[in-house]
Amino acid sequence: MTASLWLRLGRYALAVVPAVLTLLIAILGQLPFGIPHFAQVTPAFSLMAVYYWSIYRPDLLPAAVVFGIGLVQDVLSGTPLGLFAMALVLVRGIVVSQRRVFLGKTFAVEWWGFFLIACGTVGFTWLVASLFFVAFLPPGPAVVQALMTFACYPFLMWFLSHTQQAFLRTA
Amino acid sequence: MRGPGDRMLRLAAPFRVALQRFSFVLLVAAALLLMMLARADTGLTKRLRLTIDDAVAPVMAVLSQPLRTVHHAVDAVGNLVYLHSENVRLRDENDRLLKWQAFALRLEQQNTIYRSLLSAQVEERRSFISARVIGDSGGPFVRTVLLNAGVREGVEEGQAAITGDGLVGRLVQAGERSSRILLLTDFNSRVPVAVQTTRQRAFLAGDNSNLPRLTFLAGNARVRQGDRIVTSGDGGLFPPGLPVGIITSVTQGDARVQPYAALDRIEYVRILRFGRGTLMIGEHPGASGTERDDG
Repeated sequence: MTASLWLRLGRYALAVVPAVLTLLIAILGQLPFGIPHFAQVTPAFSLMAVYYWSIYRPDLLPAAVVFGIGLVQDVLSGTPLGLFAMALVLVRGIVVSQRRVFLGKTFAVEWWGFFLIACGTVGFTWLVASLFFVAFLPPGPAVVQALMTFACYPFLMWFLSHTQQAFLRTA
Repeated sequence: MRGPGDRMLRLAAPFRVALQRFSFVLLVAAALLLMMLARADTGLTKRLRLTIDDAVAPVMAVLSQPLRTVHHAVDAVGNLVYLHSENVRLRDENDRLLKWQAFALRLEQQNTIYRSLLSAQVEERRSFISARVIGDSGGPFVRTVLLNAGVREGVEEGQAAITGDGLVGRLVQAGERSSRILLLTDFNSRVPVAVQTTRQRAFLAGDNSNLPRLTFLAGNARVRQGDRIVTSGDGGLFPPGLPVGIITSVTQGDARVQPYAALDRIEYVRILRFGRGTLMIGEHPGASGTERDDG
């Protein structure tokens, strides 16, 4: 009885891995990397994590948690409150509804899907931010950010899939 | 035990889907509401920002430490490679600076004499707080940095942030143990400046590019490439005469300024405690509006 209780507690503890990891990744993206002109085009790391978990374990990354992570990112990066929170919740909603397209397919399909999502998200945030500031924000950095985000996905995906293998086989 | 549970699950499934859809709509609406509140510049969104910034600041301070170590290691290797050429350059510069020093000392002496002749009152009550940059805006829409010093350390909203090279920006949000600086390059940054030699007044307006623009130059004003820009002190927020940058290009009335401070890789800043700042500051770096202007 005690053993199974501990086992269950352990599973509950492991179930928070995706949420905690996504939050940490969101915070990491806001650190000063000290690379010239990098801050403006820092890849949207949290977007990659939300995309990944929405395909493989949407049950462990509920929409409310995604909203909270987006909110933290909005605050830390100084963007209008709610901007990234909304973008990430939308991404989760879209990807969860389409996850059958990606499950069991090759990585290329998943990466291609991410390309569309990354472009859509950056375009959406650019549009909303421009409306918020009532100004035409320079689109250049946003385009570069979308490409950087797309290019970095395989690395983070590799890390997240290994994490999933290691911690979440039973959870 | 299994049978009834399964049946429960099957019954609960449509309910769960409905709940999920509902929460999705609810969250999107909540985000929209937050944006509207932020736009309307309420105290609520500001408090939310301060709370989250303060809560995450210690984590970021710890996480940014290893990054600094890496930078320093890379710098050290770079320094070794360029040791010889750097040495030659520094000797050269040293020679030049020594001449300037002699010149400056002579001027200072002269100034003291003139001041005593005029019995002029010089207002010099500056002190500063040093702070480390623990976060920069990872994104294309704003230019801000997060510092590891807050009200506890004595910083206040509206104070100027500088590096050894020049002005960095203005403190727009002071939390308990963290604070945020709006960089000169941010879309919402307006700093009253003057051309050093001619004392012509202007605003330095950021537009999210790396080279902020000079605006409100009087119609007959003439600026040239290479002119130095300093703070004018208008509005009483910033002390006058802080070095800001140098004009890099002038095309059809559009003068661009290269800030002296390397805004894209600041490690430490100094917050100037200058006093008498009684200016409306916007709700957060994301807010916009005319009340945010320094003038």
